[in-house]
Amino acid sequence: MIARPLTIIGGKLVLGEGAPVAGSLRCEDGRIVAVGDVTPQDGDDVFDAKGKLIAPGLVDLGVFAIDKPAFHFGGITRAALMPDQGPVLDHPARVRFAAQSGKPDMWVHPLAAATRGLEGTELAELALMRDAGAKAVATGRGWIADSGVMLRLLRYCAMLGLVVVTHAEDAGITGSAVATAGDVATRLGLPSAPAEAEALAVARDIALAELAGAHVHFRQVTTARALDLVRAAKARGVKVTAGVTPAHFILSDLELVGFRTFCRMSPPLRSDADRKAVVAAIGDGTIDVISSGHDPRGPEDKRLPFADAEPGMAGAETLLPLTLTLVRDGVIGMARAFELLCTNPARLLGVQAGRLEAGMEADIAIVDPVRPWIVDSDKMAAAAGNTPFDRRPVEGRVAALFKGGKQID
Amino acid sequence: MQSPTTPQAGRYPAGGLAYPHRDLTGIGQLARHEILYLLDEAEQWVELNRQPKKKTDLLNGLTIINAFFENSTRTLLSFEIAGKRLGADVVNMHAATSSVKKGETLIDTAMTLNAMRADAIVIRHASSGAVRLIAEKVDCPVLNAGDGQHEHPTQALLDALTMRHALGLPVSSDLNGLKVTICGDILHSRVARSNILSLTALGADVRVCAPPALMPAEIEAMGVTPFHDFDAALKGANIVMMLRLQQERMTGQFIPSPREYRHLYGLTPERLAKAEPDAFVMHPGPMNRGVEIDSTVADMPVRSLITRQVEMGVAIRMACLEVLTRRARGVPGWEAERVPA
Repeated sequence: MIARPLTIIGGKLVLGEGAPVAGSLRCEDGRIVAVGDVTPQDGDDVFDAKGKLIAPGLVDLGVFAIDKPAFHFGGITRAALMPDQGPVLDHPARVRFAAQSGKPDMWVHPLAAATRGLEGTELAELALMRDAGAKAVATGRGWIADSGVMLRLLRYCAMLGLVVVTHAEDAGITGSAVATAGDVATRLGLPSAPAEAEALAVARDIALAELAGAHVHFRQVTTARALDLVRAAKARGVKVTAGVTPAHFILSDLELVGFRTFCRMSPPLRSDADRKAVVAAIGDGTIDVISSGHDPRGPEDKRLPFADAEPGMAGAETLLPLTLTLVRDGVIGMARAFELLCTNPARLLGVQAGRLEAGMEADIAIVDPVRPWIVDSDKMAAAAGNTPFDRRPVEGRVAALFKGGKQID
Repeated sequence: MQSPTTPQAGRYPAGGLAYPHRDLTGIGQLARHEILYLLDEAEQWVELNRQPKKKTDLLNGLTIINAFFENSTRTLLSFEIAGKRLGADVVNMHAATSSVKKGETLIDTAMTLNAMRADAIVIRHASSGAVRLIAEKVDCPVLNAGDGQHEHPTQALLDALTMRHALGLPVSSDLNGLKVTICGDILHSRVARSNILSLTALGADVRVCAPPALMPAEIEAMGVTPFHDFDAALKGANIVMMLRLQQERMTGQFIPSPREYRHLYGLTPERLAKAEPDAFVMHPGPMNRGVEIDSTVADMPVRSLITRQVEMGVAIRMACLEVLTRRARGVPGWEAERVPA
């Protein structure tokens, strides 16, 4: 059945820059065909946005589970799946399967495992995985310790035109650490590692990417020193981009007091000074992407002593409202918020989405940016309620979501 | 039983307010006067333990479970003796660390103990925060007998009591102005953390000494002065507390060799001479003789307090068990629901 064309009227369009402007938008055959002052044509489905924002659907770069209810709640229409799955996404068949797993109303873009089994030693079949649907390459939640392997990986990916998404923590320094070295970790007696472990990893990978002419994307940059390195590399013209999750610009390691395992993250929460540096880096453009790192974990993984618990949080539902706190605080404007959530991640993945422009896939979120609600870990759409933001009042919620021009119920 | 060493009425808040916690999960939860209260309560048990007949029936009919998820000899024995001398039924549960570390088993074990209607549970676990996690799930008082690298509160209490006795300080006095040097593997030591908390709360001047690899980050935020040079750390010290090299907790090479460690941080008679002339020596045990402490120092008849620490340990644990079970025993003034920590 061919869907009828869709015209969304009466909203405020979130465009590349500037404040949202009143307007409408028309989609045909799953793509946006006109944006601006558009009137519905005969036979169109018409959706009245009633003054809410008409924004691109969110593109979540780096999730650990396919959790459709949570993604749809959060306005996410595309998610890049980390290769850290069981089994690891290091084989073309697994990539092909993962790429199909969300369709039609949720597109999953698998990230190919950089090395076999994510062990950091032998390159995986990256070209075959690219052709099976992998949109980028990722090192998973680990670091490739061997610089020679990393250099070969970056050179190969430069040739294939794939972005390499890396995890920036020098594993030799972090070891079995579960917290950032400092006052809090010392008091709690938690295994910890200095925050500089991140800067070291970032410095090496920038140097290697520069040498290889590759595009490296640091999935999460969470410390002031590492952000300085990214900022300087960008100024030199190195193809480097950086992302972060809301936990690292809202929370600091003070949250660990009481051994709250929902605050066990990878990389771990940092000092408040680093948290502020992340906010500043979002404001000045050093950070390109905000993603959820969605990783729903049940009690079997989280109701454990802190160091024995698994890292990660269920973040898909709170990604948009927590990012909008930056708009409310004046750190960024509305257009920039959606650039971080949609446009930039889509560009990194090389997919025709993330912007309201003719020719783009009609992935559209109707967003009420000021609708208040309270995060409740007991009532989440996600597969598990492991959020460190439980009971937090937030603003901003998706009122309707369209994937390929079709409304998702 | 009213002992002459029992503190006078009026020194502490009345009834249960003197110790308004259900559990003892760490020194960090305690106020200065609550630490002193437990120390003072222990004095009567020090006396009793020196009598030929060392038993009371205060805790008759109560069941205390010692759940040790990590190997222990002296702490387990000390808690067992303490419970038995108070008249309680004491049961020990050994769980090999490997088999209970993973999954829900820890909580399940705790729920099992709870369902057996224990009146107090004493827990040791290899992971920081594990005791608190269990305390949140059970209905009876929980005593922390050591959780990972976090806290070992009864050790800190017995150390403070030992210092008070060695220095001849009266009941209810704190340790104001005392210079204490703690040397050894501070990073991996829960004993160090609990002692830092209690000693600073009691007014002592605490120095910690370790090589950089064994010194936790920003330890000075806990109100202590860090040293790498043992000789400098010893200057003016009244108490020298040596910690064991926790080789089982070291995942990498923290020090080149025990011989080299002894060269820099071993407490030899020559080193001890750099502290105050009458300085006391303490060690929570078990000792690595010839590594962090020389036998001649460990066995000094007056200045080594090592066996005295063990003696005070039983009294402290009796005090903690007795205080924490007061609600269950319906002691007047202790019935009320307590304020959570």
